[in-house]
Amino acid sequence: MIFLNYFISGISLGSIYAIIALGYTMVYGIAKMLNFAHGDVIMVGGYVCFYAVSRYGLNPFLGVAVAMLLCTILGIIVERLAYKPLRQAPSLAVLITAIGMSYFLQNTALLLWSSNPKVFPSIIGRGAFKLFDGALSVSHVTVLTIATCLVIMVVLSLFIGKTRLGKAMRACSEDKGAAQLMGINVNATISMTFAIGSGLAAIAGALLCSAYPTLMPTTGALPGIKAFTAAVFGGIGSVPGAFLGGLMLGVIEIFAKAYISSQLSDAVVFAVLIVVLLVKPAGLLGRMTQEKV
Amino acid sequence: MMTMKRLINLKRAEARRIYLTYAVVIIAYVVCQIMSSTKFFSSSMRGMLVPICAYMVMAVSLNLVVGILGELSLGHAGFMSVGAFAGVTSAILMQGTITNAPVRLALAMIIAAIFAAIAGFLIGIPVLRLKGDYLAIVTLAFGEIIKSILNNFYLGVDSQGLHFSMLSDTTRLLKGGRLIIRGPMGISGIQKIATFPAGFVLLMIALMIVFNLVNSRSGRAFMAIRDDRIAAESIGLDITKYKMMAFVMSAAIAGAAGALFAMNYSTIVANKFDFNTSILILVFVVLGGQGNMLGGIIAAAVLTILPEKLRQFSEYRMLLYAVVLIVMMLATNNAEIRAFLSGLNPFRRKEEAE
Repeated sequence: MIFLNYFISGISLGSIYAIIALGYTMVYGIAKMLNFAHGDVIMVGGYVCFYAVSRYGLNPFLGVAVAMLLCTILGIIVERLAYKPLRQAPSLAVLITAIGMSYFLQNTALLLWSSNPKVFPSIIGRGAFKLFDGALSVSHVTVLTIATCLVIMVVLSLFIGKTRLGKAMRACSEDKGAAQLMGINVNATISMTFAIGSGLAAIAGALLCSAYPTLMPTTGALPGIKAFTAAVFGGIGSVPGAFLGGLMLGVIEIFAKAYISSQLSDAVVFAVLIVVLLVKPAGLLGRMTQEKV
Repeated sequence: MMTMKRLINLKRAEARRIYLTYAVVIIAYVVCQIMSSTKFFSSSMRGMLVPICAYMVMAVSLNLVVGILGELSLGHAGFMSVGAFAGVTSAILMQGTITNAPVRLALAMIIAAIFAAIAGFLIGIPVLRLKGDYLAIVTLAFGEIIKSILNNFYLGVDSQGLHFSMLSDTTRLLKGGRLIIRGPMGISGIQKIATFPAGFVLLMIALMIVFNLVNSRSGRAFMAIRDDRIAAESIGLDITKYKMMAFVMSAAIAGAAGALFAMNYSTIVANKFDFNTSILILVFVVLGGQGNMLGGIIAAAVLTILPEKLRQFSEYRMLLYAVVLIVMMLATNNAEIRAFLSGLNPFRRKEEAE
């Protein structure tokens, strides 16, 4: 039963990673860049939601909607200001810019909201379902997290698979030049990808802070990197891959915490990343792309 | 004939730059020594001399990977911490046998460099098969792993020799033994034997190693790999070998710098060498110009002294670093912005017109 409890909290944590990983995987699939600042958009989403609910007394779900809106705008602004001018630049330059952007968001948050941790009010209270005469307790947040993740996965898969915009996204990730020749606005598509990813990050922020209720300017950094690990694990560029990778990484992390050592759990997660990259660089569900000379 | 002449000129410019770097470092050292001995420096300034030297050496070390090899390492603080812990531990172990402090410091730095080089080699085996973003994120992962391990590492010494354990202190030292590394508490009671002259010597050695490496067959191979990996591979360069060479050398230098840094303080913990430290060093390299050793050294000095001098703006320090990273990248990599900047600069326009 304890095992099952750990497993469920692993799935719950993994669902959050999966939602974050979607942002990485879509942006990497299309723009071929690692958006280091993605984790900090989560943090911004968390703060916006926090203030919307605790200061302006909004309904928590309305608060999440406000956070989504602001994070989407933030994502578009970041992309326009920092990444768009570097479309043609070497990947090293883009990566350094993204790290700079991550630092910028973190330190702006530090100045705006100070480094004192805020206690995040859970968006649906702290209740729990008791199963098997109380031997197994599953909190409402856990259920909501897993359900949200499933809904997002289904909607996003349908969006990418069935709509014209989704088709444009797939075309851009396949071949930007050819997509442009077919009349697709590549820049707009990339901006849209950032917008979707950032909106999802806001949801992830609210869920993450509901499950682990301390909010600091650095809250997003480590989950961001772990979610990237999840995206790589599942195969970067693949939406089902992000889902699978996220869930597996969440379970691995919780088990490592429970059965190995809570201090070494981060090290275990990163070791997973390294092993995956060495054994199966394309990830579980990714496609291996041959390098053209 | 024309190309020949241009090649020689290029070489001269390169040689000039190297001698200029040495000259600036030596002059700066002499000036600092004079100012320090005439009590011109405040005590806080004097206390910063050794860390500045360590950061300068770190900038040289990371510049070898980022500027010359063209790969991004986000875990350089990890090598620094390996060097710091190995160096301090060996210095403590040698306290009884080698009483001469400078000799002990030198030996400790050499041991630190060896340990960091081993760490660099072990990490390099998996890392260097990757490239670009993946390589960067894996170096980050290794930096975090090193930090986690050192935070849970216990090492003690007694009459039976060395004992170590992980997670909790189970070294069971005999009476009279000393627990040197105490997990998250790090090492305390360090004798502060790091001195400014030692830092200067280390910086000069690091510069000599890097300049000699860069201007050798290997160095040209590094730059060929940086500029066009496929072309370099097609003319028969062993990419992995050269990448490993640069990586291990860089790690060794970083290790020595870590030992110097650590022995300037009485206590050292693994959390001191976190991701932020890696980024700080990256800011030195980017601000100084990738591949430009002197630039990195000056940036390291300026960005260590400025925050101390501008205490009232200290909250904005990290924000400034972030802006520096973004603006530098935009300014050097975007064609439109570059054209705009060179339009502003009257000297550069003349140069290009020639």
